[in-house]
Order: sequence, then structure tokens, then C-alpha cells
Amino acid sequence: MAELPDTREKLTPDTFLRGLWEENPVFVMLLGMCPVLAVTSTTMNALAMGLATTFVLVCSSMLVSLLRNWIPKQVRIASYIVIIATFVTIVDYGIQAISLELYAALGAFIQLIVANCVILGRAEAYASKQRLTTTFVNSLGMGAGFTLALLALGTVREILGNGTILGISLFPADFQPWIVMILPPGGFFVLGAWLLLFNWLRLRKERKQTEQIGVTAHAR
Amino acid sequence: MAKGIEIRTSPHLKRVMSVDKIMRTVVLALLPICAFSVYQFGLSALLLLTTTTAVAVLTEWFFARASGKGNTVSDWSVVITGLLLGLTLPPGFPLWMAAVAAFVGVALGKALFGGLGYNVMNPALVGRAFVQAAFPVAITTWTPAFAPGRFAELIPSTLTLPFMQPIPVADWVAGLQMDGWTGATPLAIQKFQHIELPASDVFTGMIAGSAGETSALLILICGLWLAWQRMLDIRIPLSVLAGAALMALPFWLLDPGHYPSPWFVLSSGGLMLAAWFMASDMVASPVTARGAIIYGLFIGMLTVVIRLFGGLVEGVMYAILIGNAVGPLISSWTQPRVYGATKKAKESE
Repeated sequence: MAELPDTREKLTPDTFLRGLWEENPVFVMLLGMCPVLAVTSTTMNALAMGLATTFVLVCSSMLVSLLRNWIPKQVRIASYIVIIATFVTIVDYGIQAISLELYAALGAFIQLIVANCVILGRAEAYASKQRLTTTFVNSLGMGAGFTLALLALGTVREILGNGTILGISLFPADFQPWIVMILPPGGFFVLGAWLLLFNWLRLRKERKQTEQIGVTAHAR
Repeated sequence: MAKGIEIRTSPHLKRVMSVDKIMRTVVLALLPICAFSVYQFGLSALLLLTTTTAVAVLTEWFFARASGKGNTVSDWSVVITGLLLGLTLPPGFPLWMAAVAAFVGVALGKALFGGLGYNVMNPALVGRAFVQAAFPVAITTWTPAFAPGRFAELIPSTLTLPFMQPIPVADWVAGLQMDGWTGATPLAIQKFQHIELPASDVFTGMIAGSAGETSALLILICGLWLAWQRMLDIRIPLSVLAGAALMALPFWLLDPGHYPSPWFVLSSGGLMLAAWFMASDMVASPVTARGAIIYGLFIGMLTVVIRLFGGLVEGVMYAILIGNAVGPLISSWTQPRVYGATKKAKESE
């Protein structure tokens, strides 16, 4: 039997950092948009959602990675979903135990973590092919990137829509809240603005790189 | 090839009409309405119109520069956006909120789609819809028309500090001691108390309301002049007004004490200004003749439905935005049949 080429990734800082910037699940891959738009009306909700998703992401990816040689190819998606659902149930009860208020604010979106594309995408595209250690680091990076994106939306929406951050008032008492920001359209506006910023930064970087290549080519 | 000879496909005969000439004419038609607005509401209206126009122009200039499109301010279209936006806002609207509206309108409603000719919706209304959702209280705070001393002092809420709540105007209004001032527009009085103000007052604009939408008569004259100059498709305003009147008529006949008369519907609120100057936006309205009529009727009817049965007092803004959204669909439905083409093209497939 021919040996398959080793596709396993070596552990580098990039394994972690990719999730934060280059392959950011929200700003670059546009995955998991549902919670991104729905539960980011306050910073607290955004942070809780981000951490919950990260927990499920890391745990399920590791389990998938451990079991990758035993899961038959034909039923892999179903198996991944069962694994993810297990951890979502844990998070669901966990949040309920920690803060009932937060549980009510996040609503159905905790259970909906099970359908989050970021998690299934990691299981399918990474964890099912990689070693436990790299999977752990990579999914942690992805989770951190997801949390970062949620926080980016949540802080802007809470500051403009409520004049507060994590419930602490930032402005004098007669601050005029931008009510639209805590309404659903505000989520789209802020997400659009962040995507604009990210794309602009990425394009600028790419343009600089091509210019540099052009300059060196010219110098030769 | 010799210089100065242009080789191109038909049409070879062109009207001597450029974008900036059309836009300049529209601005000219808007000026009397602006002047009446300033006469009616004083310095605050002047500052409001100046702010929205200046911010709209600056935003356009910035985005044109950033996208490397060259100067698009000089086609005057953005001046129309700024003026129209100012005319639809309450006269005492805080200037910083007006600036937000103008920025959002031009940036989100126009620049992001690619500038003039690509905007899906009327930019001025996009800006107004944004501040309607963001600052619902400020945009429904009305001040009386023809206040004494309106050329010497500003409405207090005009000069609110940025990001602060508008300065309350109740005390200032009480100090004016104007008879019969209830703090509501004729539309709101009709909707909630079922009292119709005298139609002549409403028609000529001797009432409270947004800065530039009060005088239906003046808007009608300016609009007709514009149509006579062939700068707008007269089918659109006429069918908007017809749609609104037709929709209001049966309800008024059934219960005149409860529902407004078609005449009141036409002359009150922002319907007149919107029909002549906003629904007829050349970019965002359907291109076919039949399509323009369907689009106008749709907007007029939707306006009355929102007014009579919606939570809002005035519905023409959302009616036009929805009309803009379905405009391309109406256009594609009403494509004229190509001469000589058979109707039963499907059977040949």
C-alpha cells in the first residue's frame, strides 16, 4: 500500500495567529454570521457568546482530532454534529447555572452554536486531518478570532446604542443613544463597516507587497 | 483618424442636455421651497439646510477622492440630495444629527453603490430613514411656524452639542405664547384626534411640519415648472398623487369623521415634496413608461396604507424606499415588446 503524503501541519505561531487575522472566521471567512449579528447588541453578550463558542470549538475539535482514525468517512458529518452537540449541551447548562440573566439574553443562540459553521468547518477542514496539539492551538486561535470579532461589533454597538461599555456609562447623562445601533439593522451597519476596514487594510497590504516585488524586479 | 471626429453607434442626434444642467435646474426649482422654509421657520431652517448640503457635498468629495473617481461634486446631484434631506427634517432638528443623516445618506445610499447612476435608493431618504431609526424622538419634535423673532434667534434644539440629547424646546415654545399650538403636525392631529385642519391652510403651508414640506402649493408650482422644463417624468408624481387619492377615497366615503379626505391626504405631510422631487429620482425609478405609472401608483397607495393603518404618522418615506427597491422588478416586467418579435416565444423552445 502506498504511503499517503503527510499533510499534518507543524506547530508554529502561525497556527494560532491565522485565526486571529489572516483567516479570521468572521471578518475574512464570513462564517457564523447568525450569532455575530444577533447577540452583539452589548459587549457582555458578545463576550459570553464568543467564549461559549470558543469552548465548544476547542473541545469538539480536540475530540474530533482524537477520534479521526475511527470515524468512518460516510458518517463523519453526523458524528461531528453529535460531538459538537454534546459540548453545546454542556455550555447550555453551564451558562444557565452561572447567570440566568445572561442565559435569557442569549436565548436560542446558545443552542444554535451547534449549527455554527465555524465549528463544523474546523472539524471537517482541520481537526479531522491534524494532530491533537496543532488542532488545539489552531481552534483556540479561531475561537479567539471569533470572540475578537464579536467584541469588535459588541463594543461599537453598545457605545453608540447605549452610551455604555460593559454597563459602565461613558458619557454625561444627556448622551443621545443611537437607537438604531441596538436594533437588528445596527448589526448589519457595524458589521459592514468592520468588513470595509478589514478589506481596505488587506488590499493595502497586498498592494504594498506587489509594489515591493515590482521594485525588486526592476532593480535586477 | 482626424481629430474631432467621433465614430460611434446611434443615437447620433443628442439633446444638448448634460447631467449637471439637469441637476442645476432641479436645484433652481428647489430654491423657492428653501426660501419659503427659511421665511417660515427662520434662521434654524437656514442653518439646517446649509448643514445638510455642506456635509453631503463634503462626503461626496471625500468618497470621490478615496475611490479615485475624480470630481463628482460638480455635477450638482449631491447638492439636491443635501437640500432635499434638509427639507424633510423638522426645523429644530439638532445640526449634528442632520450632519449624521447627510453623511449616511451620501455614503451609504450613494457612494457605496458606486456614485451617481448606481444608487438603488434615493440617498436623501436613506439618510432620513437612518436618523428616523436612530433618533426617533428628535425627528418627531415639531416647532411652530411663523414664531415671532424667528430671524433673530434659533430654535434651542438646533445648536445641541454633538452626541447629546436635543435641548428640550417645550419651555421655549411656551414662552412664545402662540395660540392653539399643540406640538403636533396636521397629520398627527388628524390621525390621533380625527380633526382635519382647514384644507386651505394645509395646502398653502401655514402650518407646522418638516422644514420644507409644508406648502403643497409652492411645491406643486415648482414641480410643474420642472416638468414643463422636461426635467422630470411627470407620470411619476401624477401617479403617486393619484394612487394616494384613490386609496384614501373609499375610506373617506365610508367614514368621513374618522378618515382624512383625499384632498387633505394630498396636501398634508411630505407627500407633495416626495412625489415631485423624490419619487421622480431618475436613477432609482423604473425606466419604462408603464413602469413609471405602476411605480407611482404603488408608492401613493402604500403611503396612504402606512398613514391610515401603520404606527407612523407619515409613510411616504418608507413607501418611496420600498418603491425604489421594487423599481428594477417593475422595469423588467414592463419591457416593451420588441417590434416584430412573436409573443409566443415559449412554444418554440
